[in-house]
Amino acid sequence: MTTEKNGRFHGLRLFFTGVGGQGTLLATRLVGEVALAAGLHASMSEIHGMAQRGGVVESSVVVGDIQAPIVGEGQADVLVAFEPLEALRALNRCHPKTSAVVSISPIVPFTVAAGQGRYPDIGDAVKYLKEKLAKIVTLDAEALAREAGSVKAANMVVMGAVAAMQVLPIAKEAWDACLHRLFSPKLYDINQKAFDLGFARVCS
Amino acid sequence: MHDLLIGTRGEKKFLLGNEAIIRGAVEAGVGFVAAYPGTPSSEIIDGFAALGPEIETEVEYSVNEKVSVESACAAAQCGVRSLVSMKHVGLNVASDAFMTLAYVGVKAGMVIVSADDPSLHSSQNEQDNRYFAKMAGVPMLEPATPQEAKDMVVTGYALSEKYGLPVLLRTTTRVNHCRGPVTLGDIFPGKSKGTFTKDPFNLVVVPMVGRKLHLKLLEKHAQLKETSETSPFNTVEGTGPWGIISSGVSALYVQDAVRELGIKERVRFLKLGMTHPFPERLVAEFLSGLETVLVVEELEPFLEESVRGIAQKCGFRGKIAGKEFVPRAFELDTVLVKKAVSRFFGVAFQDPEPLAVPQDLPARPPNLCPGCPHRATFFSVKKVFGDEAVYPTDIGCYTLGLLPPLQMADFLICMGSSISTAGGFSRVLDRPVVAFIGDSTFFHSGITGLINAVNHERNLLLVILDNGTTAMTGHQPHPGVWLTKEGKGQAKVDLETLVRGCGVKKLAVVNPLQVKKTQQVLQEMKTGMKEGGVSVLISRSPCPLYERRILGTKQKVVFQVTGDCRPCREDLAQLGCTAFVWTQDRGGEACVRINEVLCGGCSVCAQLCDAIKPKKIEA
Repeated sequence: MTTEKNGRFHGLRLFFTGVGGQGTLLATRLVGEVALAAGLHASMSEIHGMAQRGGVVESSVVVGDIQAPIVGEGQADVLVAFEPLEALRALNRCHPKTSAVVSISPIVPFTVAAGQGRYPDIGDAVKYLKEKLAKIVTLDAEALAREAGSVKAANMVVMGAVAAMQVLPIAKEAWDACLHRLFSPKLYDINQKAFDLGFARVCS
Repeated sequence: MHDLLIGTRGEKKFLLGNEAIIRGAVEAGVGFVAAYPGTPSSEIIDGFAALGPEIETEVEYSVNEKVSVESACAAAQCGVRSLVSMKHVGLNVASDAFMTLAYVGVKAGMVIVSADDPSLHSSQNEQDNRYFAKMAGVPMLEPATPQEAKDMVVTGYALSEKYGLPVLLRTTTRVNHCRGPVTLGDIFPGKSKGTFTKDPFNLVVVPMVGRKLHLKLLEKHAQLKETSETSPFNTVEGTGPWGIISSGVSALYVQDAVRELGIKERVRFLKLGMTHPFPERLVAEFLSGLETVLVVEELEPFLEESVRGIAQKCGFRGKIAGKEFVPRAFELDTVLVKKAVSRFFGVAFQDPEPLAVPQDLPARPPNLCPGCPHRATFFSVKKVFGDEAVYPTDIGCYTLGLLPPLQMADFLICMGSSISTAGGFSRVLDRPVVAFIGDSTFFHSGITGLINAVNHERNLLLVILDNGTTAMTGHQPHPGVWLTKEGKGQAKVDLETLVRGCGVKKLAVVNPLQVKKTQQVLQEMKTGMKEGGVSVLISRSPCPLYERRILGTKQKVVFQVTGDCRPCREDLAQLGCTAFVWTQDRGGEACVRINEVLCGGCSVCAQLCDAIKPKKIEA
């Protein structure tokens, strides 16, 4: 791991998981871009599965003195989950000191509809994650994104929470500057608002 | 201006490996690019297409990988720098051209990108294409990062021109789909027009020419060896009695593992970037003074075999290991490499235990999208032909038809195999055989199989699932594309005429979203199969994602269950639409609801059940 006792930042591995269409990759890229702008080394990895819609999407970003772009078993310092079931599924990437941000709006897979397995109870899932992980922020990103103006901005709500957790040595202003660069003027306002709502949720 | 064209020497960008490859080729003045899409290589050709008229480079979506190599090598023969990209199995298709191209060579630089897929994230196998470079005798570069990918493309062109040989840039998924900082170089404008000098006794490979060219290739190979001995992409770091040799992305896992294990002072690390011809002298020098050496590489023991050979030649007495400690299947990561390194060198370490994943989590497998016309085709074929028929399938979105409840895929080996294997099945089985192939795949390598089936009078039905695009890899065009941004485009190659031209007499076209009509035609074709011969059904309906994205067609309705769906329950379950939500009615019996957000509005379910009605989407 990561930050030494004297506070010098060494490196951090973040593991992202979500469902196709949730904006997982853009969120991952945001971390890479903001780290790079802050003068830290960053490397990101994404996996394109077989389906256009609805499958699991996993990606990772490493920041600081780490070369390899992927996160192996038990290696994630931070788990960013856009969906609660996928947060549970990604636990093997985490260890007892992992921090997490988890959006609790569920996307029920069709296997559940077809009677192959049951979707876990959200309350139980959150309780389980809280027991296992060192630090966890849960939020209904979909609801907050709707408040910001579009459900599609749910990924930025989650990223606001990640920024507020201060796992990276990066100030809020640097995140804002990066959002400005990544989004077109048309989409910027909604996404910035979504980001701020996520940020405030952790700080309040 | 396109983002990849912005920026000059020294500027740093956060680029995807595939974008870095594009930038490298643009910096080197590439003039001709050709490819058939395939994960994880597709962004390369798509990226070039997106640059459009901003660069003068010709961008060709080829009908298959063999054709891409053939068109691009002609450009390179005329002094125009060219680039070809493909996924690993694409090089199998292109190998006929690739092997002899090494004899004939090129006049301007030619870089061939082979994107291997360890762990089969989106492929049918995980072959190690480094052996292709060895087999063909062409130089090979293996980048580890986007930065190296860009640099190696630029160097690759220089190398290619110096020796008059194509250069293989062998990447893996974790290089193509990794994003990292890339320091840019200047863009040199290339040329897209060249000249051709006739030289048949060097360019037409009849036996007497081929014999001469093979000797020439071996000579070039000897000179290339010198280049790899001193390549700046082959580096040594650290000192100590232990040695590690690695290449490509595996080298990054090694660097992290060595640092995290705290054994930096004890390890000399040889990171190889140019791995063919193998730098023998460099490796021999590296070995001298070492006690033990571990070779860390993904997939096959390609480096290990060479290292062992060199050790034998130079009398190295220490221990060499590789695949005894490093897995031969699937991708590596830092944890796996750490385990291998610590076991081999006897270093103790303690990583925190990974947390356990709760049991019984429902799976979220990939699936056909809601509204996908392939689902409707599979449903109707199954209704008419049932489980009795054998269903060879092919490579595309529709391969997902193998999953329950559809389960309409019985055999698959490679692009184009559905029709050819169907021919074999039909000859030796007394069961109906119905093969599936997508439109893009049919153009890629289904045509020859169809001709073969007609010629040998095989008794089968081929269903061409024509959704008007190459959907799975991200909606690339092909010769039969009938939806384009400009004027909703007509097909350049007419599928019906082509199929008839192959000698098919029994041909029908249906829209699979018209369920009754489709099943009626299928029933007629089934009856017709009793006379023998090849029948073809073109099942045509656009990919809904493509239609919305390209034509801007808005979805007008979603479907809702308004009454008792139980009488049609079986049919609806068979359809297995991903927008269905199964619940229980008051009597505790299973019934269907439809998720409005997911519903694609295809109307197939409404044709199966009277209780399902359309509902207008409010603007």
